[in-house]
Amino acid sequence: MIAELGQYALALALVASIAQALLSLLGAHRVDARWMAAGARASVLQALSLGVAFGTLLWSHAIDDFSVRNVAENGHRLKPMIYKLAGAWGNHEGSMLLWILVLAIFGAAVALRGRQLPATLRARVVGVQGLIGIGFVLFVVVASNPLARLFPAPFEGNDLNPILQDPALAAHPPFLYLGYVGFSVAFSFAVAALLEGRVDPAWARWVRPWTLAAWCCLTLGIALGSWWAYYELGWGGWWFWDPVENASLMPWLSGTALLHSAVVVEKRDALKSWTVLLAILTFALSLVGTFLVRSGVLSSVHAFAVDPARGVFVLVLLALTVGGALTLYAWRAPQLKLGGLFRPISREGALVLNNLLLTTACATVFVGTLYPLFLDATQGRSVSVGPPFYLRSFTPLMVALLVAMAAGPLLAWKRGDLAAALQRLWLALLALLLVASLTWYVQGGGPWLALVGFGLGAWTIAGAATDLAERVRLFRVPLSSSGARFAQLPRNAIGAALAHAGLGIAVIGMTGSALWQSERVLTMRAGDKVEIAGYALTFDGVRKVPGPNYVAERGSFEVKHGNGDAVATLTPERRFYPSQRTTTTEAAIRTTGLADLYVVIGEADGDGTVVRVWHHPFVPWIWSGAVVMVAGGLLSLADRRLRVGAPRARTSDAVVAS
Amino acid sequence: MTRKRRRLYTLLLAMTGLGVATALVLAAFQDELVFFYSPTDIAANKPAPGRAIRLGGMVEAGSVQKLPDGVTLFRVTDGVAGRPGRTVAVTYRGALPDLFREGQGVVAEGRLSGDGNFDARTILAKHDERYMPPEIARSMRQADGEQQHATGTLAK
Repeated sequence: MIAELGQYALALALVASIAQALLSLLGAHRVDARWMAAGARASVLQALSLGVAFGTLLWSHAIDDFSVRNVAENGHRLKPMIYKLAGAWGNHEGSMLLWILVLAIFGAAVALRGRQLPATLRARVVGVQGLIGIGFVLFVVVASNPLARLFPAPFEGNDLNPILQDPALAAHPPFLYLGYVGFSVAFSFAVAALLEGRVDPAWARWVRPWTLAAWCCLTLGIALGSWWAYYELGWGGWWFWDPVENASLMPWLSGTALLHSAVVVEKRDALKSWTVLLAILTFALSLVGTFLVRSGVLSSVHAFAVDPARGVFVLVLLALTVGGALTLYAWRAPQLKLGGLFRPISREGALVLNNLLLTTACATVFVGTLYPLFLDATQGRSVSVGPPFYLRSFTPLMVALLVAMAAGPLLAWKRGDLAAALQRLWLALLALLLVASLTWYVQGGGPWLALVGFGLGAWTIAGAATDLAERVRLFRVPLSSSGARFAQLPRNAIGAALAHAGLGIAVIGMTGSALWQSERVLTMRAGDKVEIAGYALTFDGVRKVPGPNYVAERGSFEVKHGNGDAVATLTPERRFYPSQRTTTTEAAIRTTGLADLYVVIGEADGDGTVVRVWHHPFVPWIWSGAVVMVAGGLLSLADRRLRVGAPRARTSDAVVAS
Repeated sequence: MTRKRRRLYTLLLAMTGLGVATALVLAAFQDELVFFYSPTDIAANKPAPGRAIRLGGMVEAGSVQKLPDGVTLFRVTDGVAGRPGRTVAVTYRGALPDLFREGQGVVAEGRLSGDGNFDARTILAKHDERYMPPEIARSMRQADGEQQHATGTLAK
């Protein structure tokens, strides 16, 4: 009965999305306030009914209603409650329902919160959001219904894939979707602006917080996913340049570019046409991501069994959405008024360079991800593009981006002085040289890429610090006066510096873990010892330990420093889940904040056990860096000026532009 | 600065950026593309020793041997029940993924050594045992002629 209620709610949501799109768009066209208000109400109805549908799915999972096919395929009575609920979005159908729920909530949020927007712009945004909704709600209703019944109902469920039963992965899809779908708002704003034929700073002021919120969620989602891959898969890596991972990286790259170009529209009323295009492309890449993950056209290490028919459906939706938007762009963009002028060396110029580097980097990832598909279609050859490709094409662009990143914020708007900016960066340059030579000394020469990576990480962090120090005129005015200036700084300035520093921290982590990791693989018997990076691990054997829905073989390792001081006991596990007859590897990780000691046990082998031990220097910095970046984004989001959403064209920009 | 000049500069910058990126991508493609081979492909058209390739097929039943120093030996085949195909011997040092089993699909990345033995650097694992990499599914279909597989998911 509950599931039927959800089915009904889904059908209602489809009708509501059609009403939302038609009433809003036609209402805006006829400038009819009643139609537009009705469209806004339809968007709320759509969000509410999808909320009910998702609620019934959660409920069915929570009470183990195996007569619902989705629950039977992914549920199990013995599963802990959090994974019963996570089971609702840990599969294709449920995750698509979550996807459209997020989409509808964003549409309703614009309708409810956007009172200060010009009425027709708001209605058009809500309408475009409704159009996307029609396509995807239809997809869920027709091709991937999560609430379909199963007859006869099985006595026990099939269980969720055990490696997905993990806290980080329970949270990973919702955040990723909040990011992907969050860019739909920027897309809708872009299309609405094209329909209106007008882009102004007030428009950017609305687009920016939405983009920023989506960007924060996407950053967090990607970080959670890579953290999960690191500790759960037991391969010791955190990024594999796999198509599914690239699918989330591409919208991140273009979303980051959008974030920066929206600043130029807001502050200087320039780059308007480009920003609109970028908003369209970012959402397009989010859809490409959904398509790649859900269609299975590419061979991925993260691939799940998929249904090709669904891929075709998503592809058609992608073509309609993006094709329509780009056609509209080609038709209307030339009518957008051109904005303010600037010299090549200026803040605007730096942001153009940022956009150029980010979009070309995104393009290299796009080519690397889709080239195998292209070659397969044209020549029938199967190839894969691995990490070495990205190291040679993507990394150089990122190096250029990092170099420019410290100088950009120090340039003035309109007309900047590069020499003066570089002069102020002397401390950052010193940090770069110091860290690079320290690296050279520590590794005794070694891979030069480590010098570049660590050096640029230090350069970026010191550059962000310099940016803030310059703003508060640190050491040039009394400290108390600097403190007062700091309190006066707009939050988005602090947020930006924080996010830049976060990237620097993450770069150090990536460099350290990629180039300095050490690994030992061996077969051990109880009492055997292995040494790695100054630690000595003594193996105490394997015991069987029961879990809630699995049986674990738990290995135990006594970890000591080289000088004999006891450090910790590490207990990696192999868990066998009888319901799916699957074994998972649970790594045991001991972190010092600077480096991780990572132990995995494999199968029993004769009278020994295969043991794999890693030492990963700086790896925790990757995720700490991501967290700092998200913190920077949230701080910017809390900026008062962003919350105002000023309907007037220009306000006190001069104060901020310093 | 006039609008025209600015547009010219922006365009030049964009062209340079795109040019550099294209050059990087093409150079990387030249060396770093990893081609997929089935055992039959290797027999027909041997890749240069030392070049990174992917080898895909089924782990031959009864071929897995674990040596005490963490090295695993096994054979990859593209034959199916009742119709033997080619096989390639694989050496791999390291922990095997959880879903590595005899008689199941496997993709290994590594290099062919001079004696025709395959040195695997990584064995790609799958999160889902029902999942079959598309390359394997196709090469199995080719090896199998037009005959349908008993194992339904292979054909997908």
